[in-house]
Amino acid sequence: MEKRVLFRSAWLPWVLIAPQLAIIIVFFFWPAWQAVLQSFQMEDAFGMSKEWVGLQNFQQLLDDPSYLNSFKRTALFSILVAGSGIALALVLAIFADRIVRFAMVYKTLLIVPYAVAPVIAGVLWVFLFSPSIGVITYYLGELGYGWNHMMNDGQAMALIVIASVWKQISYNFLFFLAGLQSIPKALIEAASIDGAGAWRRFWNIQLPLLSPTTFFLLVINIVYAFFDTFGIIDAATQGGPGQSTSILVYKVYQDGFKALDLGGSAAQSVILMLIVVALTVVQFRYVEKKVQY
Amino acid sequence: MQVKHLALAASMLAVSFAAQAQTEIQWWHSMTAVNNEWVNDLAKQFNESQKDYRVVPTFKGVYDESMTAAIAAFRSGNAPHILQVFEVGTATMMASKGATVPVGKVMKDAGADFNPAGYIPAVAGYYTAPSGEMLSMPFNSSTTVFYINKDAFKKAGLNPDKAPATWPEVFDAAKKLKASGHSCPMTLAWMGWTQLESFSAWHNVEFATEKNGLSANGYKARLKLNSPLHVKHIDNLAQAAKNGEFVYKGRGSAAQASFTSGECAMIQTSSGFYGDVAKNAKFAYAIAPLPYYPDVKGAPQNTVIGGASLWVMAGKKAEEYKGVAKFFEFLSQTKVQAASHQRTGYLPITMAAYELTDKSGFYQKNPGTDVAVNQMVRKVTDNSRGIRLGNYVQIRTIEDEELEQVWAGKKTAKEALDSIVNRGNELLTRFEKSYKK
Repeated sequence: MEKRVLFRSAWLPWVLIAPQLAIIIVFFFWPAWQAVLQSFQMEDAFGMSKEWVGLQNFQQLLDDPSYLNSFKRTALFSILVAGSGIALALVLAIFADRIVRFAMVYKTLLIVPYAVAPVIAGVLWVFLFSPSIGVITYYLGELGYGWNHMMNDGQAMALIVIASVWKQISYNFLFFLAGLQSIPKALIEAASIDGAGAWRRFWNIQLPLLSPTTFFLLVINIVYAFFDTFGIIDAATQGGPGQSTSILVYKVYQDGFKALDLGGSAAQSVILMLIVVALTVVQFRYVEKKVQY
Repeated sequence: MQVKHLALAASMLAVSFAAQAQTEIQWWHSMTAVNNEWVNDLAKQFNESQKDYRVVPTFKGVYDESMTAAIAAFRSGNAPHILQVFEVGTATMMASKGATVPVGKVMKDAGADFNPAGYIPAVAGYYTAPSGEMLSMPFNSSTTVFYINKDAFKKAGLNPDKAPATWPEVFDAAKKLKASGHSCPMTLAWMGWTQLESFSAWHNVEFATEKNGLSANGYKARLKLNSPLHVKHIDNLAQAAKNGEFVYKGRGSAAQASFTSGECAMIQTSSGFYGDVAKNAKFAYAIAPLPYYPDVKGAPQNTVIGGASLWVMAGKKAEEYKGVAKFFEFLSQTKVQAASHQRTGYLPITMAAYELTDKSGFYQKNPGTDVAVNQMVRKVTDNSRGIRLGNYVQIRTIEDEELEQVWAGKKTAKEALDSIVNRGNELLTRFEKSYKK
């Protein structure tokens, strides 16, 4: 039986979506259009002179090997952030779901990082891992492991991944916990009666039923890693050492907001926008097929 | 009714008089910690010295942040009156005609007492247009100096009263410090500024063409910092980094904390770091001139300036510009200048302030505080007048990125310096294009 809701009025649907449309136009289409416009221009910092340069900004980027390298780095970073962020949050959610006593305390503690601003998160982790004063650095040193993310790219990448995952884990956790709690208890009980152990119940019942949530989180986390992590990187490593932690969005931030090269920065954000549009299309076309609603 | 109206009108008049009585001058700056206290004290002294104007200092983040904030504010019509801009931003500010008002003009219009010739030439020259007009007000000019921890030197069996004067002596001292158990014999702050820019001037080698960007065609300048001497020096540092004798502690001023804490025994950084060291270091320290390579002809020359100057933003009321001029007049008083210099370690920007400080016996009582001045007032050549290049904020980042790869052993000194030149020149080409009138 199909249930259909039909609006008889010609204008009511438009009125109803108008607020949403207005928000999208003002906060998305307009700035996006501005970015596209700016990417074809070269402008001085104060905006006193503007010159139309066509594709020159793009040309310059594509000629720059360090910019091309940053694609690989961004891919690695977002896979690490999205992958470990989702996996860790899932594990935490499963444990939080099973817990009976003090459940509220655990849940609250797990949600706290989300309330922290990205820059603060970056600074916090930098203090923990600071080569000269970090607490964790000190204990790692005691264990015989030298930590200096100012010199070692692997460690620098690890640091920004840890900080970014830590920051995003609450969000993922909330969705997973809600997902787990919405799975009918009867299903789990029936499986238990049939003799399925905890692992079996998770693998055959809970995980498949969580697939829509996981898919949603995958999209959200990739977008997060692509766009929302520059504050953490700026506070933690400033893109260094070398350019080993300078991902695409960090370069946009640095060239645009710090160096005031607006044309170059706008060209980068247009490229970034296209990549994320493409990624989202791919995710919805191919990954979504594996999702059972 | 009538009376009520009159009273209302009177009270409104009173309010508007009160509002007019003091013209507010917004001053955005980037001074933190002890230097922030200094800036606030300057504003307070000025405000108490007269009734017509009130200078309101506001900390707007570190140098590049405050400049960005002011540019964004300018674009939306809310720029401050006075903006502190670091030397790296000078070329951008100069090229942005119409966004700023030359200090020379502000002073002349207000009929203020102002003599650009009284400034130390290396400082005044840097902020003066090729036409001879002073564009921004020299404020906290610094230069790179060399700090050593005398206690650590004693422990390592080195002479604490004689800081290493040449690079070979520095590397030698670092070896001995390392041998005595010091985990960080030497660190360096502001890598590009201390090891490339100041290094070039100090050894009288070209850093960039067009007199390092200071000529009338300064916007055409291109980098030259991959000479054999530059390569040799970065190579030596890389070797020291490998042996743990030089420990890299991050970009900008990040390394400074490890000197004050006693972890690192030697550091090259801004003379403006003096206030911090004087207040926080729990050990005996000395300030020495930058080391040099004795086999280089003409070395040591003089060092280039760093720090910042005050720019006056365009589009304000005449009355407000008068206030700005009054404030600058206050700042350029010899006693104010001398007090600032003695308190912060920044250069005395006028010759008179230097002489006053000298006469007061300050340099005798605080050995090393005259190092910065002595380094600056030597004879100046085209290679040592200063470095003023466009897009320099980005070029500094490139310098950091490339040098970090040298310390990590991923690139040789030559590869990294060549890469700085190539990537930097790309940006200089862009700058030339975007400012072509």
